[in-house]
Amino acid sequence: MAKISVQFTLNGSERAEFVESGTTLLAALRDKMDDTSPKGGCHQGACGACTVMIDGELRLSCLTLAETCNGAQIRTTAGLANGEVLHPLQRAFEDAFAAQCGFCTPGMIMAAAALLERNPNPDRADVVEAISGNVCRCTGYEPIIQAVLLAARANSTSAA
Amino acid sequence: MGISLQTFSTASEAQAALGVSGARYMGGGTLVVRAVNEGDLLFSTIVRTTDPALSAIGTSDAGVRIGASVTMSMVLAHPGLSYLAPAARAVGGPAVRNMATVGGNLFAPAPYGDFTVALLALDAKVSISGSGEMALEAFLQERDSLGASALVTSVTFAAPTPDSFRFLKVSRVHPKGAAVLTIAADIREEAGSVVQARIALGCMADRAIRAHAAEVALVGRPRTKEGIAPALTAALEGIAPPTDAIASAWYRREVLPVHLGRLLLS
Ligand SMILES: Cc1cc2nc3c(=O)[nH]c(=O)nc-3n(C[C@H](O)[C@H](O)[C@H](O)COP(=O)(O)OP(=O)(O)OC[C@H]3O[C@@H](n4cnc5c(N)ncnc54)[C@H](O)[C@@H]3O)c2cc1C
Ligand code: FES
Ligand code: FES
Repeated sequence: MAKISVQFTLNGSERAEFVESGTTLLAALRDKMDDTSPKGGCHQGACGACTVMIDGELRLSCLTLAETCNGAQIRTTAGLANGEVLHPLQRAFEDAFAAQCGFCTPGMIMAAAALLERNPNPDRADVVEAISGNVCRCTGYEPIIQAVLLAARANSTSAA
Repeated sequence: MGISLQTFSTASEAQAALGVSGARYMGGGTLVVRAVNEGDLLFSTIVRTTDPALSAIGTSDAGVRIGASVTMSMVLAHPGLSYLAPAARAVGGPAVRNMATVGGNLFAPAPYGDFTVALLALDAKVSISGSGEMALEAFLQERDSLGASALVTSVTFAAPTPDSFRFLKVSRVHPKGAAVLTIAADIREEAGSVVQARIALGCMADRAIRAHAAEVALVGRPRTKEGIAPALTAALEGIAPPTDAIASAWYRREVLPVHLGRLLLS
C-alpha cells in the first residue's frame, strides 16, 4: 500500500513521517513518533484512552486518520509537563490517587485539560460531563473527579 | 488491505468520486474509521470534502439550514439552536461530539441516530448533492437504496415555536450511553388542546421513525393524563424495536408508553 506523508506539530515540535494510507493518528503517534502517551484501548471510540487535542479540540486519535491532521497542532499528555515540573492536572492525579493501573490516565487528563481550558472553575457536574467519554476500570471515577477539582482549585489559587 | 483517502475542496467533486466502486464517504469518521479498525472490507477508498458550505449553519425567518459537516459541538455552541442542544448533547462524550457530524448521524444505525430523531420531529428536509431535496422521513426509508454516491449536503427545517419542542433520550449508562430509546416531539396547542403533533422515535426500528398513529390520536385532545392515553397505546403501532446489548425488543416496547407519557406531560 502506498505510503503518504503526514506533517503536523506535536506538542510544539514539527513532526513529519511516512505512514501507510489509512493509518490512524493513534498508530502514527505511537508507532512512528514515539509518543506512547495516548493508549489504544478499544479502537472503537468507546474508551477514551486515546484522547488527544487537535487544534485545541478534544478528539479520539483512534478514529482520526493521520493524513487528515496535516498542518494541525496536536497535543498529548506527553507534552503537558514543563521539563521536570508536572502540569497541575498531573500533580493532582498523583496527589488524589486518581491513577491505579494508569491506562485511562492520559485520556482522562486530556479530557480534563480541555475542560479547564474552557472553564477554569468547573463544578462536579461539569467534571463528570467532561470525562463522560472516558472509561476507567479501576478507580470508580471518584478520585479522578476529585483530582480534576483539586487541579482547578490549585490553578485558581496560584492565579490569585 | 489498505485504505486510501481522497479529500476534495467541493461537495460536487466528492460526489463524483463516490461514484467509483469501493468508495465510502466520511464525515467525522466516528463510524467509518471504526469500521476501518474493525477490518471492514466493503470499502477501499474514503472520500471526504472540506467544502465550507457543508460546515455552515444558517438561521433566518425563512428557516434553519445545517450543513452536513456541522458537528454536534457546533450545534451546541450555536445560540440560535438551543432547542436542539439536548439532542446534540445526547450524542456520545465531548470528544465524539467534536467529531460526529449531522450528516453522519442520518446514517447511524440504532441504537445511534439520536440527533436524527430530533430532526425527524422537526419535519426536516435533506439536501443531496446533485439531486435536490427530499423529506427526512422518505430519506430514512430509502437511504440504503440511494447508493454510495448520494452525498448529503445539508438539512433544513422550520424552527419550532418556543416551548413546542421536546427531546428525551433514555440510556442505562450515565451520564453517557447508547439509547434504550429516544423520543422527540413538536407539539402545538391552542385553547387547551393539541392542534398539531409530530412525534419521532429512536430505537423503535433499525432507524428513526415517525409515530403517525400516536400523532393522530393526540390531535384535538388536551395534554392531560387522560388526553394522551390513546396516543400512548397508538405509539406501539408499527414499531419493531431491535434487541441489542442495551435492551431487548420486549423491554423497549414496554417502556415506550411510560417515557412518551412523561415527555408529553412535561
Ligand atoms: C463512542 C461512541 C459513542 C457514540 N454515541 C452516540 C450516541 O450517543 N448517539 C448517536 O446518535 N450516535 C452515537 N455514536 C455514533 C456516531 O458518532 C454519530 O451517529 C455521528 O453523528 C456519526 O457521524 P460521523 O460524521 O462521525 O459519521 P461517519 O463515520 O463519518 O459516517 C457514518 C456513515 O454516514 C455516511 N455519511 C456521513 N456523512 C455523510 C454525508 N454528508 N452524505 C452521505 N453519507 C454520509 C458515511 O458514508 C457512513 O456510512 C457514537 C459513536 C461512538 C464511536
Ligand atoms: S482507543 Fe480510542 S476510544 Fe478506545
Ligand atoms: S486507572 Fe486503571 S483504567 Fe483507570
